[in-house]
Amino acid sequence: MNIETEAKITAKLNEIFSFVFDDDSIRVTRSTSANDIEAWDSLTHITLISEVEDAFKMKFFMKEVVGMKNVGEMMDIIAERAKKI
Amino acid sequence: MAQLGKLASNIPEGLPGYRLAVIGDCATQHISKAIRGTGAAKGLAISVLDTDYDQILAQTSDPSSELYEFAPDGVFIMMCTEKLYDKFTHTPDSERAGFADGVYAWISARWDELSSGRKVSILQSLFTEYDDRVFGSFASRLKTSFIYQLRRLNMLICEGADLKKNVYPVDFQYFTSKYGTDTVKDSKMFAIAKLPFAASAIPEVASAVVDIILALKGKSLKCLILDLDNTLWGGVVGDDGTDGIQIGDYGTGKAFTAFQKWLLELKKRGLLLAVCSKNDEDKAKDPFINHPDMVLRLEDFAIFVANWEPKPENIKMIRETLNIGMDSLVFIDDNPFERNSVREMLPEVTVPELPEDPADYVDFLRGEGLFEAVSYSAEDGGRTDMYRAEAGRVLASKTCGSYTEYLESLDMKAEAKPFSSFWFPRIAQLSQRSNQFNLRTVRYTEAEIADAAADKDAVTVYFTLKDRFGDSGLISAVIMRKLDDETLFVDTWIMSCRVLKRTMEEFIVNKMISSAKEAGYKKVVGEYLKTPKNAMVAEIYSKLGFNRISDTRFEADVASFKYNQSFIKEL
Repeated sequence: MNIETEAKITAKLNEIFSFVFDDDSIRVTRSTSANDIEAWDSLTHITLISEVEDAFKMKFFMKEVVGMKNVGEMMDIIAERAKKI
Repeated sequence: MAQLGKLASNIPEGLPGYRLAVIGDCATQHISKAIRGTGAAKGLAISVLDTDYDQILAQTSDPSSELYEFAPDGVFIMMCTEKLYDKFTHTPDSERAGFADGVYAWISARWDELSSGRKVSILQSLFTEYDDRVFGSFASRLKTSFIYQLRRLNMLICEGADLKKNVYPVDFQYFTSKYGTDTVKDSKMFAIAKLPFAASAIPEVASAVVDIILALKGKSLKCLILDLDNTLWGGVVGDDGTDGIQIGDYGTGKAFTAFQKWLLELKKRGLLLAVCSKNDEDKAKDPFINHPDMVLRLEDFAIFVANWEPKPENIKMIRETLNIGMDSLVFIDDNPFERNSVREMLPEVTVPELPEDPADYVDFLRGEGLFEAVSYSAEDGGRTDMYRAEAGRVLASKTCGSYTEYLESLDMKAEAKPFSSFWFPRIAQLSQRSNQFNLRTVRYTEAEIADAAADKDAVTVYFTLKDRFGDSGLISAVIMRKLDDETLFVDTWIMSCRVLKRTMEEFIVNKMISSAKEAGYKKVVGEYLKTPKNAMVAEIYSKLGFNRISDTRFEADVASFKYNQSFIKEL
């Protein structure tokens, strides 16, 4: 993933995360995980996934939804599959 | 969906409240949250008890469950097709033909538990259609197929709801058909989280539930206020003339015809239609009178306003004339300027955006979910005539110099005849319902009314009233019984308050005296028996020419009675 793509994805994810977790100060990095954000539980995870799918016009696979360890993995999938970045 | 979550956590104060318990055989947390958010957006503070996963039976069968402790106004039972299919696959082939009946028996047992000794509304989800395609189209006629049983189950739920009265099916099929299962369902989310709908469909699910609750709370839309040019027909009648507007087969007319047909259906179901147009009145009315292809006619509108005043002013006038809430109005206009001016000046009025292409009007407005209902009776369809008549009277009273002139202008005509079998049910109904204009508050059943009609020692008269604006139907009844050879006693005088102050009272008293005279009596005695509600008629006999003879009784001498002035002519 080139730097430009990564910056674009990060900017959009910051928007989505801020919105879903209702916290404008959130800035994600590749290592951000559910441990770093208090409101990130199994319930908000579903909302987050749906919002990301809508924003990037792509779908995660089931095993990815349950298996992603951090935002870095999410970004790699987005970069590979997104119809719109 | 996240948007609704925000609304849910920030419900404005002062909204009317509703307590809803949600029970389901799938994950309902997202739906519950969206219900709270949708409620807030639509002006209702819904407190939701979201029970744990798959707890329907546990919650309904245990009288000390958290559901009953919560004391809900309503219970939403969310059951998903996935679970139903699972149950179906575990049903032996030999029992599949009775699958739906078995599931329905289970569901209706839950309704009975919920309703036992409690006043609660039950919102029961219907099953969204999902065909396993094991038999292809043949499944639709095969009693042991899943889709056959699912459809039968939905029908059983609907028929059961109709009998139970406090059960309201929640039908997700409308938006499922509109967007398709590929969009509305997300197998991945069901597999991971038992979420019965894709996240993007959850706002639709919540709306379907909230719209029913709003209708239960009486917050439903009652009147559509419609623009004319490029809304009800294509073109501008002032420029193009009645012959030149697009309706019916001419130009793009079919789209407007379809729109008018839909509006007529809404009118039949009891919604009021009103016109609010910037036009000269005669030009605006002309197509409704003279264009052969118009579906709607002048009599379909409760009120017709065409002038050059600002639309918000006209809408205020329409609201006052019809005497309904501002928040029960919908304003439909193709012109964005008019829509915005109404939104700005009258924020309570619902103003849907309209698609640019008139071909899309009907589909778009159908999708707005504006017209939820929780009851329907055949009489609802006649509502327009009633409002139309009242609106005509209000306008006439404004243009007449004096009230007397106004009454004369109404051209009122009444029928006054002995009770006949056709009217027995209506007279009994009036006797059961009248509290204010009821002199002695004796209640009669239909059979007792029939007895009075047949009694040789009784004189009965029913009264109808109509005027140039409409027919009010049977509005009063009098039963007089023989007290002695010379005297008739007014056992019952009831009247609908809708026709007060139109000299109907005078007309009726005159008729009492003349009927007594015809039957050979010399005196009429009336009585007023006080109740908490009938103070309005306490002095009516003395005002209309009777003499007081005791605390409760009044007497009139038939030969010397001075008949009262009335503007009503007998038919």
